[in-house]
Amino acid sequence: MHALMADLPLVLDNVSLDVGGARLIDRVDLTISPGAPTLIVGPNGAGKTSLLRLCMGLVVPTSGRVSWGSRLAAGRSRRAIVFQRPVMLRRSVAANVRFALAQAGVPRREHAARALALLDRVGLLDLAGRPARRLSSGEQQRLALARALARDPELLLLDEPTANLDPAATRAVEDIVLSAAQSGIKIMMTTHDLGQVRRLAGDVIFLVRGTVCERRPMAELFDHPLMPETAAFLRGDLVI
Amino acid sequence: MADQNALQLILSGDATLFAIVWLSLLVSLSAVALAAFFGMPLGALLALTRFPGRPVLVVLLNALMGLPPVVVGLLVYLLLSRSGPLGGIGILFTPGAMVIAQTILIAPIIAALTRQTIEDLWHEYRDELTAMDVGPMRRMTTLLWDARFSLITALLAGFGRAAAEVGAVMIVGGNIDGFTRTMTTAIALETSKGNLPLAMGLGLILVAIVIAINAALWGTRLWADRQMG
Repeated sequence: MHALMADLPLVLDNVSLDVGGARLIDRVDLTISPGAPTLIVGPNGAGKTSLLRLCMGLVVPTSGRVSWGSRLAAGRSRRAIVFQRPVMLRRSVAANVRFALAQAGVPRREHAARALALLDRVGLLDLAGRPARRLSSGEQQRLALARALARDPELLLLDEPTANLDPAATRAVEDIVLSAAQSGIKIMMTTHDLGQVRRLAGDVIFLVRGTVCERRPMAELFDHPLMPETAAFLRGDLVI
Repeated sequence: MADQNALQLILSGDATLFAIVWLSLLVSLSAVALAAFFGMPLGALLALTRFPGRPVLVVLLNALMGLPPVVVGLLVYLLLSRSGPLGGIGILFTPGAMVIAQTILIAPIIAALTRQTIEDLWHEYRDELTAMDVGPMRRMTTLLWDARFSLITALLAGFGRAAAEVGAVMIVGGNIDGFTRTMTTAIALETSKGNLPLAMGLGLILVAIVIAINAALWGTRLWADRQMG
């Protein structure tokens, strides 16, 4: 896996995305470099999920270009994504992680041990033999995180990983995200929870109607928002 | 056998009767296995590929589910008869010919149902598998494996069709006593001879076997649903 080329910096160069006549992302310029987690906030429909899908390479921009480590497309990438509603393969918890390891090119003889280590990392070791689809939604998020970490990612994209989770489950997910960030993985994460932004963010991207309204270090943004939309959003006013 | 009624035959463990039941099961289950071997990958391939003319192929495949058994029988008969293109292998009027005919009959059923199942599952899995860099070949095997319990329905449909049909096995098997006589051809024969009690008895055995196999596979599916969600 060390032979793989770097995925960072991730660069979006004047990127737009149209789907069905609607402009979801509008001329976004963005550079993502190694560092503390970047959190993406903004109203519903601002394009947060679309932005993550572009960053993952799951959708091709209508115009502009996305590059990873100055390459336009990669073979096997060192980025991973956890969807808002991750799909569990119809297999056991451990088999889900082994599948991800196999796809990441890890030799088969290492699968069993690596899978258990990853499950331990996300606190699911006791549930290794359970059918994945029988897990609670918090446990499913953690399993999705284990699958993502199985790719040994350089860039980890998370789409509202704690939406609909209770505080304990949210804490469990945040702890995994923080430890991943501390191990050098660049995190890009969308959220609706401003408390979560304070707890996790290095910097914040405020997205409105498909454009980057403001991008600043977290403390600066909270103390001195430059844009009126950002200030309104932080006050808890409705921004559409 | 013709002089006794069906119940006596079953209770006395009549060897002829059991040979008929055994052959019927052997032929139909072999056909299901072969049809699944060809039909499932074909259905999955059709589910995961996009090319011009694909809709036509999907409609055609669905239409082939309604192939009349006698037509398939006739087709295989023409292929395998002495003057036919495959006449040289000399398997007309053998159980082998019956398996071939039934395989052709039910492969479209299994392929069409697999296509639908895999396509539905692909919609659910697409983002996740794409994000994991899963290539086309691995996609197919992954989806087939994860749909394994849903695909039981396709197998059941195929088995039901094979076990129930009489036209194809009659034409290519010839209903030879002790060699190619199956439950359905025996029922047809006994009915035409006026031996209605025996025909009825065989019919009941056939229905009972079909129900038993369906129950077993359905039980497997329910169990799996509980296990795997």
